Amino acid sequence: MTRQKVRVENETGLHARPAAKFVQKASSYDADIRIEIKGQRGNAKSIMQVMSLGIGKGDEIFIEAEGKDEKIAIEELVDFIKKVLPSTENE
Amino acid sequence: MIKGIGASPGIAIGKAYQIKEEKIHVKREKIASKEIESEINRFQKGLQGAKNELQKIKNEMITKIGDEKGEIFNAHLMILEDPEMIPAIKNKILNEKINAEAAVKDIMEDYAQTFSEMDNEYMQERETDVRDVKDRLLRNLLKKERKKKEWDEEVIIVARNLTPSDTAKLDTDKVMAFVTKEGSRTSHSAIMARSLKVPAVVGIEEYEKIKNDQMLIVDGEEGIIITEPNDEILNKYKEKQRREKELINKIESYRQRKAKTRDGKKIEVVGNIGNIKDLDVVLEEGGEGVGLFRTEFLYMDRDELPSEEEQFSVYRKAAEKMSGNPVIIRTLDIGGDKDLPYLNLKEEMNPFLGYRAIRFCLEEKEIFKSQLKALLRASAYGNIKIMYPLISCLEEVKEANKLLKEARKELEEKGEKYNEPEVGIMIEVPAAVSIADLLAQEVDFFSIGTNDLIQYAMAVDRGNQKIAYLHSPYYPAVLRLIKKTIEIGHENNIWVGMCGEAAGEELLMPFLLGAGLDEFSMSAVSLLKFKYLLSQWTKEEAEEITEKVLKLETKTKVKEFLKEVSIK
Repeated sequence: MTRQKVRVENETGLHARPAAKFVQKASSYDADIRIEIKGQRGNAKSIMQVMSLGIGKGDEIFIEAEGKDEKIAIEELVDFIKKVLPSTENE
Repeated sequence: MIKGIGASPGIAIGKAYQIKEEKIHVKREKIASKEIESEINRFQKGLQGAKNELQKIKNEMITKIGDEKGEIFNAHLMILEDPEMIPAIKNKILNEKINAEAAVKDIMEDYAQTFSEMDNEYMQERETDVRDVKDRLLRNLLKKERKKKEWDEEVIIVARNLTPSDTAKLDTDKVMAFVTKEGSRTSHSAIMARSLKVPAVVGIEEYEKIKNDQMLIVDGEEGIIITEPNDEILNKYKEKQRREKELINKIESYRQRKAKTRDGKKIEVVGNIGNIKDLDVVLEEGGEGVGLFRTEFLYMDRDELPSEEEQFSVYRKAAEKMSGNPVIIRTLDIGGDKDLPYLNLKEEMNPFLGYRAIRFCLEEKEIFKSQLKALLRASAYGNIKIMYPLISCLEEVKEANKLLKEARKELEEKGEKYNEPEVGIMIEVPAAVSIADLLAQEVDFFSIGTNDLIQYAMAVDRGNQKIAYLHSPYYPAVLRLIKKTIEIGHENNIWVGMCGEAAGEELLMPFLLGAGLDEFSMSAVSLLKFKYLLSQWTKEEAEEITEKVLKLETKTKVKEFLKEVSIK
């Protein structure tokens, strides 16, 4: 299992559109992917669970993955949260 | 003839179609163990049906309305493919031995509930989406197709209200017009109608009396509908419709032309925008700048204030995109009907008379200054002008300008690049008109915000349908306020514009032109036709109109007169 901490930096957090984008990205990997915030966990491929976690700007979350592409999945998802989401805002 | 509010211009003549609201009733039933498998199969089929529908809608909406609206339905699709929720529904059927409808309702209502309880406006809206998807799924399970989608001929849609999903369900190619009871010019159905370029009339209380297939004339310009017209009326409107089509072709040619009167006087015809994307539409429709950039979007749908940096990058983008053409940016105008949850503003008895707009900004100086600094910096990249909203006394302007000076000083100390933009105020409180001569000493321009000016001058609640007739710029009281503002502005050598709805009113244009208005700022959709109409008048002709209008005593007389002289 691979696990990494990341801080959500984009303004709207993982709500609505950014959540949908994140879930779509997560769904592209074979590995099981979960996110965890303050002890609460959810399936990163489930839009309902990701949105239920109510992750906002500045929140620190853990992403963990288990499966054969877990390393690349974590690397790319962390990058997605750090760079891609903030850059798509206000466009 | 039934009077409503014109929400999208144009004339439609055709048959009415009533859209009834459908409530979905779910019966909770126990099923036998041997039925479980077939029940889950049935669920699977219903699910597939709902997904197919959404896929289709998504593609249609993207072609018709654009990517953004299509996105909503993409999220709906993801909900139906959710790897947690869908198995949970199946398990519920299996473990509790209940019918699929009840399981769907239980699980999805739970999520809707969770979202509705979140302390984030964005997430609360997701509740509507979950319920919308739930209803779609239930309808598929119950094999209750939503009645009506396809018609053999074009129809006029009549309904109490239309939600995004309702409108998505319409065969828009066959929709000639919308007639609804609820809504205003800014409601979803009105916006939809304008983007589809079909006429709409809202505020029709007696909508239920209109029968299916009944012959209907919808005049989105006048905001009226006529049921069962006789031949004479029908011919009159057919002629009007034909002229409109002709006009549309003529108007097209004004996209690239500069806005000018027939005698060559240059007038600024610019757009109102609410976010950076709207800029493209303004440019496309031939706008020569922005007369009102509402900045609230930067502050909304989030948990905290935007940084100076973030604001700067947006304002800069706007300035650059307009390449030298003016971009008037209104400073934060919250309060009233626009709340920001993270500021924890107290609920007020009379929000429109309360702690809002400049009153808030002068109290929350740091919030205000951060916006001012962003604006000053961005003005180095184009023609930005700063505009303060809701000014009601001289002290407010002086205080705001003092903060602007402070902001400048702070930038200087940090060695930031900035420019000296023009500064103006919105004239939307009668008190400001009364002291316009004093206010003019402090600023470079006035922009008349008619929506609020009418509300405060006529003491009429904008949202109250019962007294909606009072919210009109055609009352002599309002016209005199406008005239006076322009006069005093000019006497004091500053220019005067208008950025309320009235600026785009075709009927009112000759009056405003004759009164000397220098700038007309309106929603992008009105720009093109407005430029055309403007080109039909000389300044002198318009001045005569203004003089005559100011002698009329009632709204009706004013409107009748303006109609009489308007370009046919």
